[in-house]
Amino acid sequence: MTLTYEDVLRRYEPVIGIETHVELGTVSKMFCGCATDFGGEPNTQVCPVCLGLPGALPVANEKAIESTIRIGLALNCSIATWCRFARKNYFYPDMPKNFQTSQYDEPLCVDGYLDVDVDGETVRVGIERVHLEEDTGKITHVGTSGRIHGAEYSLVDYNRAGIPLVEIVTKPVPGAGAHAPEVAKAYVTELRDILRTLGVSDVRMEQGSLRCDVNTSLSPAGSGADAGRWGTRTETKNVNSLRTVERAVRSEILRQAALLDAGGRIMQETRHFSETTGDTRPGRSKEEATDYRYFPEPDLVPIAPDPEWVEKLRAGLPELPAARRDRLRAELGVSAEDMVQLTNAGVVALVGATVDAGAPIGEARNWWLGYLAQQANSREIDAADLGITPAQVARLVELVADGALSVALARQVVDGVLETGQDVDAVVAQRGLKVVSDTGALEQAADDAIAANPDVADKVRGGKLPAVGALVGAVMKATRGQADAAAVRAILLERLGVSE
Amino acid sequence: MPDATELSGSSVSSAGGRIGRDDVAHLARLARLAVTEQELDVFAGQLDVILGSVARVSEVAAGDIPPTSHAVPMTNVFRPDELRPCLPREAVLAAAPDVEDNKFRVPRILSEEV
Repeated sequence: MTLTYEDVLRRYEPVIGIETHVELGTVSKMFCGCATDFGGEPNTQVCPVCLGLPGALPVANEKAIESTIRIGLALNCSIATWCRFARKNYFYPDMPKNFQTSQYDEPLCVDGYLDVDVDGETVRVGIERVHLEEDTGKITHVGTSGRIHGAEYSLVDYNRAGIPLVEIVTKPVPGAGAHAPEVAKAYVTELRDILRTLGVSDVRMEQGSLRCDVNTSLSPAGSGADAGRWGTRTETKNVNSLRTVERAVRSEILRQAALLDAGGRIMQETRHFSETTGDTRPGRSKEEATDYRYFPEPDLVPIAPDPEWVEKLRAGLPELPAARRDRLRAELGVSAEDMVQLTNAGVVALVGATVDAGAPIGEARNWWLGYLAQQANSREIDAADLGITPAQVARLVELVADGALSVALARQVVDGVLETGQDVDAVVAQRGLKVVSDTGALEQAADDAIAANPDVADKVRGGKLPAVGALVGAVMKATRGQADAAAVRAILLERLGVSE
Repeated sequence: MPDATELSGSSVSSAGGRIGRDDVAHLARLARLAVTEQELDVFAGQLDVILGSVARVSEVAAGDIPPTSHAVPMTNVFRPDELRPCLPREAVLAAAPDVEDNKFRVPRILSEEV
């Protein structure tokens, strides 16, 4: 028997928790001056410190500390007045030192919250902690399947090792019920918007600069999930897009319910989400409780953020997405229905930023809910992941308003930006996209279209005006979409001796 | 990949500064050290003496003295976010046990799926 999601949610109460890792966008690594650029030649961005060579001495990157405090402030956290780094000891070749410098029981930021909107309701997600650590190296398993089972050996690139990494951990979120998957997605979406607004990271999930692990557990409905008596949780890794956050929670709820219904027991384990199958598979099992033997990092002195510094950072926070939404509502007259539509499409911040970049609100809204939303849907990604920036959209709007591009041409420019990653003006120049306003050329194209389609031309002359659409299409094709369709129609009708 | 929220405290029982062979066996496993049955007894005895000696500190340290993690009372030693030269790759890979595609080649890792 196949369980339906609705049926499961009548009988079980899901509790979720999310751990997010964010690579900070600093120029240099956390404890050394190596570059942090993505995609460099393997093992060219390493030094004695991040390789853990004997005698190397780490020194903390001030910008990374500052960014972490700003994240904590944006998430309504308390900032520690004194805290230390700790060594997390383990044997795995992703760290050449055999330990990762992290924070243990003294995180930089604790006890905050983030409010997210789901279907017009506000859900408060508690933030347990925000701490700073270093990223690990990248391992490639060489074997038949690319997975570790059957891998004969592994290859390690340490360029990523030592890049500042912020870990943001939520408190358990009970009470979301059937909305749990949406709450998870809304949280990561809002968090990503905040991080982007703070300018602390490029938050590119596809490049791994923002990564999520989602914890899910089920309790029988009415058993007091709100009171903290939760079922055994599993941790789902490999959640690498906003869409996946939602899918992963939903599939794990269904899997656990099926197992519990069959009288099974949920194992506390790490699972991996597969984009292709849409479900989770068991990963590392916790047969032996992990013991990282944390101890204070002796090579780094404690951090004691000056309260004055923290207050200065607080005062310098930019307008955060929630405030920007309020402003869009209040100042720009976005209706409540529109706001729900924008929120559901995940484009509020994008529309706000497009307006900030100079576009009128109506145009910004139309682009993000229209053509760009279609492009995102057909690629099965979120609009924010498309790879076109609000500034680029604002530039398009400007070009259309100036008459340099028609809307059809502007869409071609979008295609070009999405395909090549180039800027709007570069695509326009490279593809020679501009509105053909040379009347002589349009008249020639119109005559050609009439000559090539005598039947259609006769119909129009006979009074069937809608038939002219086929001729307009032929002219637009001949001009590669670079003509103004209304102008073409007028020219065609004039040359056919027909008036509207 | 380990994650920082799997927090676990010290697993060494230190009641009265005593350390047993089970503790030594556990620590040896965590440190990936092959220790023989005989050595477990030897190390348990030696470590017990060391722990016992260090434990004497708590006889003079009152409750208002916090444990020391750093000998020098300094805080906030930072560096500006600036680039410094990296090592030449040849030098980096010269230290690798084995190299392929300019990466460190290591034996396959069991009991972990990535």
